[in-house]
Amino acid sequence: MNTHDTHQDFSELRNRIRKGGAEKYHEKNTAKGKGFARDRIASLTDSNSFVEDGLFANVGDPKLPADGVITGLARMDGRAVAIMANDFTVKAGSWGIRTVEKIVRIQEQALRYRIPMIYLVDSAGARITDQIQMFPGRRHAGRIFHMQIKLSGLVPQICCLFGPSAAGGAYIPAFCDVVFMTKKNSAMYLGSPRMAEMVIGEKVTLEEMGGARMHTGESGCADFLCKDEDEALTLTKHYLGYFPQHAGDTTPASKEVVAPKSEKIDELIPADEGQLFDVTKVVEQIVDEGSLLQIKKRFAKELFTGLARLNGEVVGVVANNSKHKGGVLFVDSADKGAKFMSLCDAFDIPLLFLVDVPGFMIGSKVEKEGIIRHGAKMLFNMSRSTVPRICVVLRKAYGAGLYAMSGPAFEPDCTIALPQASIAVMGAEAAVNAVYANKIAEVPEAERAEFVEGLRTQYREDINIQKLADELVIDAITPAAELREELIKRFAFAKDKKVEALPKKHGVMPV
Amino acid sequence: MAIDIKAHITGTIWKIPVKAGDKVEEDDTLVIIESMKMEMPIEAEEDGEIVEVLLEEGSPVQEGDVILRIEED
Repeated sequence: MNTHDTHQDFSELRNRIRKGGAEKYHEKNTAKGKGFARDRIASLTDSNSFVEDGLFANVGDPKLPADGVITGLARMDGRAVAIMANDFTVKAGSWGIRTVEKIVRIQEQALRYRIPMIYLVDSAGARITDQIQMFPGRRHAGRIFHMQIKLSGLVPQICCLFGPSAAGGAYIPAFCDVVFMTKKNSAMYLGSPRMAEMVIGEKVTLEEMGGARMHTGESGCADFLCKDEDEALTLTKHYLGYFPQHAGDTTPASKEVVAPKSEKIDELIPADEGQLFDVTKVVEQIVDEGSLLQIKKRFAKELFTGLARLNGEVVGVVANNSKHKGGVLFVDSADKGAKFMSLCDAFDIPLLFLVDVPGFMIGSKVEKEGIIRHGAKMLFNMSRSTVPRICVVLRKAYGAGLYAMSGPAFEPDCTIALPQASIAVMGAEAAVNAVYANKIAEVPEAERAEFVEGLRTQYREDINIQKLADELVIDAITPAAELREELIKRFAFAKDKKVEALPKKHGVMPV
Repeated sequence: MAIDIKAHITGTIWKIPVKAGDKVEEDDTLVIIESMKMEMPIEAEEDGEIVEVLLEEGSPVQEGDVILRIEED
C-alpha cells in the first residue's frame, strides 16, 4: 500500500467515524427534533476551536464510532472549556469500556487545566454486556462521578440533558452546578417507567417519571426548562458568562452597564403585609437592565434565586417572593436557597438578600418532611459563605426567616432596611395573640377589638425600624429609590473582603 | 380532562370566588387560602370551566387537599 492509499484510507475512516451511527438512527433523531452530538458541539463552541481526543476509540467495531461519546477541548466565546457529548446515534449513546475512559480523561483535562466542564448528555446508560469492564473498577463508571465531585466548586460544571439520562447516568446531572432540560426529549430517572412497572408495579408516563417539566417544577433536579436544544445551548453560553474559569479566578465585569428603567420600587412593594407582590419586578429595578438570569424559576417559587449584574459586577440574588405561598420558606425553598448560596460562594459571587419573609412554614406536614434540618441546611450554607453578603429587609423579616436570609447575627457585610420594614420574632397579629391570649379573654367582648388593636399598635411601635436602627440592630435605613446606588457602593467596598478559614477540614452538613 | 386544584399550603379556605359552571381564564383567582396570617390566592393556570367545588369557605385544608376541579378548554 503506498502512502497515498494510506492517507485516503485514513481520511475515509475518519470521515466515517465523524458521521456517527447509521443513517437510520440519524433520521430517528431528527424526527424527534434532536440534534447530532457533533452539531451540538459546533453550535456551542467557537468555529474551528474544537480539538478531539479518542476519535478512534473502538475503531475495530464499525457499529461503535468513537465508542458513542465525543470528548475534547474547545473555546466558547474565547474561553477554554472541556466537553463530553454522548452520541445517541451510536447504540443510543450507551456507555462501554472506552466511553467511560474517554469521559474520565476529559474530566482529568478539565482538572489539569482548571477549565469549565460541559456535559451534553444523551445516553441510554451502561452497556450491560460490558459491565465487568466498565462498572465496578477504579477507572470505571463510578470514577466519572468521583471526578465530578472532585471538580465541584473548582470549575463550573454544566449539564445539558438532551435525551435520557438513566440509572447511574442520572448522577451526571445531579453533580453538575446547573442542568438544562429540553421540553420534549430529555428525561432522567433511576428506573425507567418500564422497570418501575416490572419491579414495583407502578404505571406512569415517561414525563411523570422524569420529564423536564417534572424535574424543573417538582423534584428540583433540573434548573431550566428549554423549548429546544438551541435555547439550551444559548442559555449555556449565557450562564457561563456569570462564572470564572475556576475557583479563585475573577469573572470580568461587564463593560456596558445600563441602569434599570426607574420604575419606583416603593410602588412595587405594598405597605400592607397581607398584600402579596412579585419580587422579581423589584429585583429587575435593582440590577443592571437585562442582566437577570433566574435559576430554578419553576421550582419552589416562594424563594427567588438568580444571577445578575450590579454596575457590571456579577451578583447572586436570593429573595423571598410573597407572590408564591406568601414567601414562606418550605423544605424545597430551603434546599433551593442552600444550593444557590453554595454555588455563588464557590465561585466568589457576592450575595444580595432581599427579605420579605413571614418565616418558615409550620404544621405537622412540614415537620415530618424535616423542615428543621432543611432550614438548618439553608442557614448552614448561608453562614459558611465567605463572599460579600448584603441583607436588605424590604418589608418584613420574621422568625428564623431573618436568620436564613443572612440576618445581622450571621455577619453579613451590612444589614439595610427600607423605611417601612419591620423585623421581629413574629408579626403583630400573631404575637399579640400568642402573648396576651389570657388577658384578651378576660376583657369583655365589646371592648376586646379595641384592646387588641391597642396591643398591636404598641407592638408595632416596639419593633419600629428606627428603633432597631437606634439599637444598631441594622446598619442603615435606605429609601428604595436610593437602594441600587447604595448597594453598588457597598459591594465595591466589600470586594476585597478576606475571611480567615478556621483550622478544620469542613463543617458537618446538617443534611 | 378535569384537573384537581389542590391547596398549595396548609391553612383555612377564606374565599372561593367561583362556583360550578363558571368559566374562568388563566390567572383568575379560584381560591384564597388564609395561612401564616396572609391571604394566598390560587390562580387558574389555563382557561377552563369549574366542574365541581368540593370544599367550603371556612374549611381547614392540608397542603395537597383537592378544593375544586376544573375542565381545561
